[in-house]
Amino acid sequence: MKKLLITGGRVLDPKSNRDGIFDILVEEGKIKAIEENIALEDVPRIEAQALWVMPGLIDMHVHLREPGFEHKETIKSGTKSAAAGGFTTIACMPNTQPVVDQASLVEYIQIKAQREGFVKVRPIGAISKGLQGEELAPMGEMMDAGAVAFSDDGNPVVSSSLMKKALEYASMWKAVIISHCEEPSLSKGGLMNEGEMSTILGMQGIPSAAEEIMVARDIALARYTGCRVHIAHVSTAAGVELIRRAKRQGVAITAEATPHHFSLTDRAVEGYDADTKVNPPLRTQEDVEAVLKGLQDGTIDVIATDHAPHHRDEKKQEYKLAPFGIVGLETALPLAITHLIRKNILSPLQLVEKMSLHPARILNLSAGTLQVGQEADITIIDPQAEKKIDKNQLYSQGRNTPFHGQSLYGQVLYTIVDGIVVKNLEWIEKGE
Amino acid sequence: MNYKNLLGLRDLSAEEIQEILTTAHLMRPVMESPNKKITYLMGKNILTLFYESSTRTRVSFELAAKYLGATTTNVSVATSSVNKGESLIDTVRTLQSMGVDIVIMRHPMTGAPKLLADHIEAKVINAGDGINEHPTQALLDLYTIERHKGRIKDLKVVIAGDILHSRVARSNIWGLTKMGARVVVAGPSTLIPKKIEKMGVEVFQDIKKAVVDADVVMALRMQKERQESGLFPSLREYQHYFGIDEGVLSYAKPEVLLMHPGPVNRGIEITSDIMEGPHSTIEEQVTNGVAIRMALLYLMTRGGDKQ
Repeated sequence: MKKLLITGGRVLDPKSNRDGIFDILVEEGKIKAIEENIALEDVPRIEAQALWVMPGLIDMHVHLREPGFEHKETIKSGTKSAAAGGFTTIACMPNTQPVVDQASLVEYIQIKAQREGFVKVRPIGAISKGLQGEELAPMGEMMDAGAVAFSDDGNPVVSSSLMKKALEYASMWKAVIISHCEEPSLSKGGLMNEGEMSTILGMQGIPSAAEEIMVARDIALARYTGCRVHIAHVSTAAGVELIRRAKRQGVAITAEATPHHFSLTDRAVEGYDADTKVNPPLRTQEDVEAVLKGLQDGTIDVIATDHAPHHRDEKKQEYKLAPFGIVGLETALPLAITHLIRKNILSPLQLVEKMSLHPARILNLSAGTLQVGQEADITIIDPQAEKKIDKNQLYSQGRNTPFHGQSLYGQVLYTIVDGIVVKNLEWIEKGE
Repeated sequence: MNYKNLLGLRDLSAEEIQEILTTAHLMRPVMESPNKKITYLMGKNILTLFYESSTRTRVSFELAAKYLGATTTNVSVATSSVNKGESLIDTVRTLQSMGVDIVIMRHPMTGAPKLLADHIEAKVINAGDGINEHPTQALLDLYTIERHKGRIKDLKVVIAGDILHSRVARSNIWGLTKMGARVVVAGPSTLIPKKIEKMGVEVFQDIKKAVVDADVVMALRMQKERQESGLFPSLREYQHYFGIDEGVLSYAKPEVLLMHPGPVNRGIEITSDIMEGPHSTIEEQVTNGVAIRMALLYLMTRGGDKQ
């Protein structure tokens, strides 16, 4: 009988509102007991004194790139990166080649992940066939095959009519639609946030209104249909405010913010390093503060990475030619600890809510909590440890991070999936 | 002083700009003499790498280099091959392997000269990148102003037209404000970049009001494609509200300078009458361009290797 004992850690479980020093016993992949003192000899143990023991982190916005773009990332390398970052479950976006717009591809990703992956992978299906924004993809069949949500992420759903139908249709399966909010006629040709910095740097900008307009539209559609919308990577002060008001009015809307949108401004683009090129773009200090406020007051439910690996050569080009996107799985937790916990924006329990409990709820997953009987997906971190981000040391194939060289607090020490340690300091790897 | 690269006037101090202008003044006699050849750049290889066509700027650089005794090579790269062919970095590394000391690059994308400078040993001069900067054009404009007015400080300079897409305007704003000029921009509000006031300029939508008491009026080239992309309704309407003619110029100081980076759309940005009139410095700007580029090439190679 496989057992693991985690002793003396600060156990953080927002679902049960537990925040205290406990021992956790894992047996056969499940949590067997959470008690103040579990006395057991001859059981493999992790001494977790001064460490935080949390439900495994869940990232509901990841680009794994496989199938089709294996030169950027594979399911194997992406899930290894996830494990290194403390994530036990990731949901992957469908903008692969071919697009995940049918059940067989949902199945393919899950089979590949079971065979080669380090953490659990839940595919997100496309809203429209081929991400073309014209016809609905077969959502029911994809749900049956294991899809957890639907999104055309990377592309906005331009047609309001199609978006309305998608919301209504997905609601039959209680599935959420994840919306990439971007009004493309406003953002076309833009490379960074439109404003003082784009003027100074001489770059074509993307106005914040491009996001705001689509957030407003999707709120209107969610209100009208009564169906669930999740706003991906909200980045603007106006977007946050619209979501706040909609929530107050009882609209079924949730939202996420990425670590880069709460820790960087468009000033990072100075120097024209394409590792700062991301969509939505890095915004102003005012927007960053609004995102932080939104995280603090609960307007923003989730922290998701929008992990978007690209090949080195694709980013080592003229800013305009380089693709949008940065990697995020391995920097998310340190950025959250550094910018949210240490600055008292969030309590540790709130952080776990946003990085584990809420994504589980939105995706209808039975995860995101530490309770007896639950699958033993557990992340153990040292919140005090300081480490310099080195892009050459990442487990992701992508090296495209604007945080290279930054010293951040919070280090993931153990990632445990179904009771198996898939990551520890020595990288004891599953099956290897 | 030793210039590593010249990527933009944003990076230069007022003192550095002044040094270039003063050096240009010393270069003019060379180009005005019957034997236009000195040996400052003897043994240096200079590459003009143009991803965008430009006869004026390229020839100006080539002549400047040749007057100083350098060897020059021109490579024109069709923009379309950027996407399908070799990357910028690989292209230039290949060329560098052939022994190039300075690469003068024009590129349709902002930041391309910076990328280049970060990846090669040779020095880099930006001959225009995207909508960002065109530093040598602005330097020659500053030089032209200084030659006529004896100073730049406290002059009122009006830049009129498509500010949003103009690298000339942007470099001039950096240069002029650093040198202490009062800079006013005027143009259709769709062609004025967001928060440009932060660059230290005033914005006017009425060209006559903008030009009041101006010492210098600089018109920019208006491109028809901006009209087609809906940024203003017609060239006729543009001309009506922002075109510069005798009437507009009468609001400026009597000894106002009329400038234009060329080529001019006659009758759109400025009328032929004033283009060929006593205020116009348009032809002289071209001459001064060679002197400025000679000055730069001299200053950039004077101190030896790249720092």
